Amino acid sequence: MAFESLTDKLQSVFKNLRSKGRLTEEDVKAALKEVKMALLEADVNFKVVKQFVKTVEERAIGQDVMNGLNPGQMVVKIVNEELTALMGSETTEIAFQPGKSITVIMMCGLQGAGKTTTTAKIAGKLKLKGKKSLLVACDVYRPAAIKQLQINGEKQDVEVFALPDSKEPVTIAKEAVAYAEKNGHNIVILDTAGRLHIDEDMMQELQNIKEHVTVHQTLLVVDAMTGQDAVNIAKEFNEKIGLDGVVLTKMDGDSRGGAALSVKAVTGKPIIYIGMGEKLSDLEQFYPDRMAGRILGMGDVLSLIEKVQADVDVDKEKQMAAKLKKGKFDFEDYLESMNQMKKMGGLASILGMMPGMGSKMGDIESMVDENQLKRMEAIVLSMTPAERQNPKLLNPGRKHRIAKGAGVDISVVNRFIKQFEQSQKMMKQLPGMMGGIGKKGRGGFPGRLNFPF
Amino acid sequence: MSEEKIGFFERLKNGLTKTRNNIVNSIDSVFSGFKTIDDDFYEELEEILVMGDIGIKATDQIITELKKEVKQRHIKEPADCRSILINTIKEQMKVDQDAYAFENKTSVILIVGVNGVGKTTTIGKLASIYKAQGKKVLIAAADTFRAAASEQLEEWADRAGVDIITGKEGSDPASVIFDAVNAAKARKTDVLLCDTAGRLHNKKNLMEELKKIDRIIEREFPDAYKESLVVLDGATGQNALMQAREFKDATNITGIVLTKMDGTAKGGIAVAIQSELQVPVKYIGVGEKINDLQKFDPDDFVDALFDRSQEKE
Repeated sequence: MAFESLTDKLQSVFKNLRSKGRLTEEDVKAALKEVKMALLEADVNFKVVKQFVKTVEERAIGQDVMNGLNPGQMVVKIVNEELTALMGSETTEIAFQPGKSITVIMMCGLQGAGKTTTTAKIAGKLKLKGKKSLLVACDVYRPAAIKQLQINGEKQDVEVFALPDSKEPVTIAKEAVAYAEKNGHNIVILDTAGRLHIDEDMMQELQNIKEHVTVHQTLLVVDAMTGQDAVNIAKEFNEKIGLDGVVLTKMDGDSRGGAALSVKAVTGKPIIYIGMGEKLSDLEQFYPDRMAGRILGMGDVLSLIEKVQADVDVDKEKQMAAKLKKGKFDFEDYLESMNQMKKMGGLASILGMMPGMGSKMGDIESMVDENQLKRMEAIVLSMTPAERQNPKLLNPGRKHRIAKGAGVDISVVNRFIKQFEQSQKMMKQLPGMMGGIGKKGRGGFPGRLNFPF
Repeated sequence: MSEEKIGFFERLKNGLTKTRNNIVNSIDSVFSGFKTIDDDFYEELEEILVMGDIGIKATDQIITELKKEVKQRHIKEPADCRSILINTIKEQMKVDQDAYAFENKTSVILIVGVNGVGKTTTIGKLASIYKAQGKKVLIAAADTFRAAASEQLEEWADRAGVDIITGKEGSDPASVIFDAVNAAKARKTDVLLCDTAGRLHNKKNLMEELKKIDRIIEREFPDAYKESLVVLDGATGQNALMQAREFKDATNITGIVLTKMDGTAKGGIAVAIQSELQVPVKYIGVGEKINDLQKFDPDDFVDALFDRSQEKE
């Protein structure tokens, strides 16, 4: 593959570095040349790359590295630190107005960046925080844009404000804020039309909205696949409209988001959220340090742990751990673990966060066929409660009934049950390990990956 | 035809003003800033091309070619490199003569691409182009995933005055294609335009869905001329290559539609794709109006990128 992901590239570079006991100046230079090329292939802005490589080189060739016990690790550390510094070292949240005052958020960006989808995603996220959002359809140009927002709003159970007969985004925005005041909304999100940063008239429209409505947060939505131009786009929007933050979309693609590196460096504006998929729940907080780790192939382990902690029911988890310890894991537990997994965004999403796995998402998805998981679920759901708790009951007659119920071939049922028995045996051999993890109170996550899929 | 060409040129000129200023200015400064052709000169040239999103691999090829020419022709002046560079890129960007053969046959045009590149808009524009040529056009709205995608396309079909086959949101897109193909056969349609949902090229299941759609077209309409166009956002960086590659794998794409070329400062990705995959750019989107989709002319395109006389002010 000509264009490996940034993670792969840097990993192979640092593998070479690590294999040497000591680093010479040439080694560092050769490695950084690779880093530079990798960053460029990842669409990081050229000027940003140049500055970055220079900074790292200065630090790496200096005494820091020469005195270090493991020079290779030292370079990794420096690259990681500089990368983190480049992206901003702190996680930023949307700044809300105090008390019950309304916070007005304006979304802007180029056509097709994902503004409308992101608008609905943010509303969903804020809803979890107890905010009552009003989505405002200010895109009066694109056919069916209002309809798209209305459908998404409905899915998120968030109210949408639209004036289908009005072609005036300023009027719509003004009336929406008045409506929000009357109806007790504390968040107003303006979904504006996509526009080019060099389209003066359209940029003026955004300025007009800002003049007539107090906008507290202006967010730029940027496609993570954007090339060198990302910086120009962000710069223009920032200069003409004034930005408070950036949302990077389509991060679930295989572009490793060079734009993320550039935008912050050039505009000074933080990336707040990243869009990780087409589902309305696929919006994640942006953690600059974790992102740096992910790019460097260290995996997004922190995000993963947090996700597990937020989504996994602690009590159920304890029960499960206890069962695992005794090697008593039945089909009910299987269903339960499947549901937990779904809550966390599916197996592929979890595996994607594992160290070294991020770049291989394509492979993972082919490995883990979500449809197959659904089929397995259907098989379990076709069992009686007694069968689920006691797999030994499953005789050929019962298996045939289950196969019919699940709409699969009997051989599929047989294979599934066999796999299940095998992993059950495996787990019996592991109770020591499971117990140890349980004690550390880490939610018993590593055990999950041993479940039979 | 010549009228169209002027229109295209004007549009491209306006659309690419920013690009041209960037690339031409920086290239000019390279050509005039250096007194001799040395490593520093090539290095700077490489940087400029990379910054234009042409891509490292394509840039390397171009530079290698350039070095060879310079050596063979004993070129000493950096300025002379300019015309060689332009010709080298033009050479890479050539489009085959039969690239638009599908326009004169009973054809099915499948439009694919990642999310938000402008597939639906492109179909709307293509529909009105073919309609204006007096062809009988049918649109298949097989994006059954995105909210209000059908409504958006219905609006375009309405504007172009052509028929459209839609499915329910969430229904199997392949079934919409199946219905549309049969409708196209029954109605003796000249061109069937198939819209598909945006999908990231690294989503295996979604790419399989696309292959299924492709198979249905092949199976149900073997007599039709099949054209498969991948729509790429002109602002996309190197990832556009991955996209083109993966979509080529899935539906054997025969051409590229490069959209949003009126706003981006980078046209370079077109060069990279041509050089890496030998898939020609066939159309270029330079605006939001229904006429803002034009046939891709590599000479005009490269001239617009490099020719100083076209620079305004």
